Amino acid sequence: MSELPAWSLPAGAADQIALESAWPAEVTRDWAWGGATGGGVRVCILDSGVELDHPLVGRVDSSVLVAAGEDGEPVVTEDAEGDVCGHGTACAGIVRSLAPDCEIHSVRVLGPGYTGSGKILLAGLRYAIEQGFDVVNMSLSTTKKDYAAVLHELADSAYFQRTVLVASAHNMPVESYPWRFSSVISVGSHEEEDPLALYYNPNPPVEFFARGVDVEVAWLAGETLRCSGNSFATPHISALCTLVRSKHPELTPFQLKSVLHLVSSNVGGRR
Amino acid sequence: MSTDRLAAAVAAGVLGSEERFRELLRSVVEVARAIFAAKASSILLLDEEANELVFEAVVGEGEESLLGKRFPAGSGVAGWVLATRTPLVLEDVERDPRFAKDVAQDSGYVPRGLMAVPLLHDERALGVLEVLDRQARFTLHEMELLGLFASQAAIALDLLQRARLAETVLAGEEEGVGALARLAAALDGLDEEKRPGAAKLLAALDEVLRG
Repeated sequence: MSELPAWSLPAGAADQIALESAWPAEVTRDWAWGGATGGGVRVCILDSGVELDHPLVGRVDSSVLVAAGEDGEPVVTEDAEGDVCGHGTACAGIVRSLAPDCEIHSVRVLGPGYTGSGKILLAGLRYAIEQGFDVVNMSLSTTKKDYAAVLHELADSAYFQRTVLVASAHNMPVESYPWRFSSVISVGSHEEEDPLALYYNPNPPVEFFARGVDVEVAWLAGETLRCSGNSFATPHISALCTLVRSKHPELTPFQLKSVLHLVSSNVGGRR
Repeated sequence: MSTDRLAAAVAAGVLGSEERFRELLRSVVEVARAIFAAKASSILLLDEEANELVFEAVVGEGEESLLGKRFPAGSGVAGWVLATRTPLVLEDVERDPRFAKDVAQDSGYVPRGLMAVPLLHDERALGVLEVLDRQARFTLHEMELLGLFASQAAIALDLLQRARLAETVLAGEEEGVGALARLAAALDGLDEEKRPGAAKLLAALDEVLRG
């Protein structure tokens, strides 16, 4: 019975879905991630690759490249190239700084022949969901409406299988995806310096604001740069999701989002 | 419509428009440079067939050497901005050894700070607008301003691409648009006596084609 989808709850079956962990009357940051280091959580950086052996990133557990094959269709191969821009390394470094013991997996969707058709991004996301990563950091989006429906399905699949997608909101007034979907956690920037300052936005579609201005990040050749943009706010939220998941692995993406809301600096946070 | 006005209309529509749109692009980067008190600003256009980014307009440092320069669109900061449709602001960019080497080779000038924003028109990413070494500290307000400039630059780039396409079509096509342009040119050259008849014929043609 347990393998069948739970379409309904028959009489007397409520005990079967009793949840072991009870939330405290007040959900605090200490309850949410106090003492957590991200151990056992698999984080995927869907980006430009992640530099190997960067001191601020440390171990990269796997790296693949998603690129167009001979027939033009996306193919996933092992990737030894590292990072072709620096951005993926920056995101990985931010996650590592807050969640030192998590696994980091790179799925590179930037490479020769790719200028954002959306097809590669989609294939990369599909691969990440198939791998069952716990958290997927997506500091990128596509403007192709044709891909919106498939992306939406993928985002929902991830949501139902407990893969948390954390996506950058667009800084410009354009329609882009997947950050607009309610099954993902969308992130914009605030201007504060505290990497743990986190704001819930009561006026979505952008749901949370995190540190995204003048952030010192890991970059190519073991270097660091100071960067700004929503794409740097996103890995801060990915890292917090990683911490919460390492401490409370039973939480669904819905519950995780609720925890983020409850501990936001403008809600009950800073405790 | 007088002969002069018709000639002007045809010319404005297609011939020579590339130059005008280039001026528009240049004016966009000039204003961007002034507003952000930056050392340089440029617009890069994506050449989809070659999968390369081309410097279409440059003002400030590197102006002479960068115009027309090309580089691969699948890597680097501009490549990332284009592919992900996401703006980026970087400081201390001279610490990125590959970036520093590439730009130093092309322009002899390595910026410290860089703002890059995608130029989006409908669903397409046409290119990237860059602002180098601005003076003020970056704030989210600047990001909004940059987005506004990007929208304007994207319209100018779209017009430039349309003008290029129109010129290519006119130069190479015997039928369709090419034939129409030649008809317009012929009408333009007719003397006063023959004009009313020709205009009548074109009006009838217009009714058939569009009716």
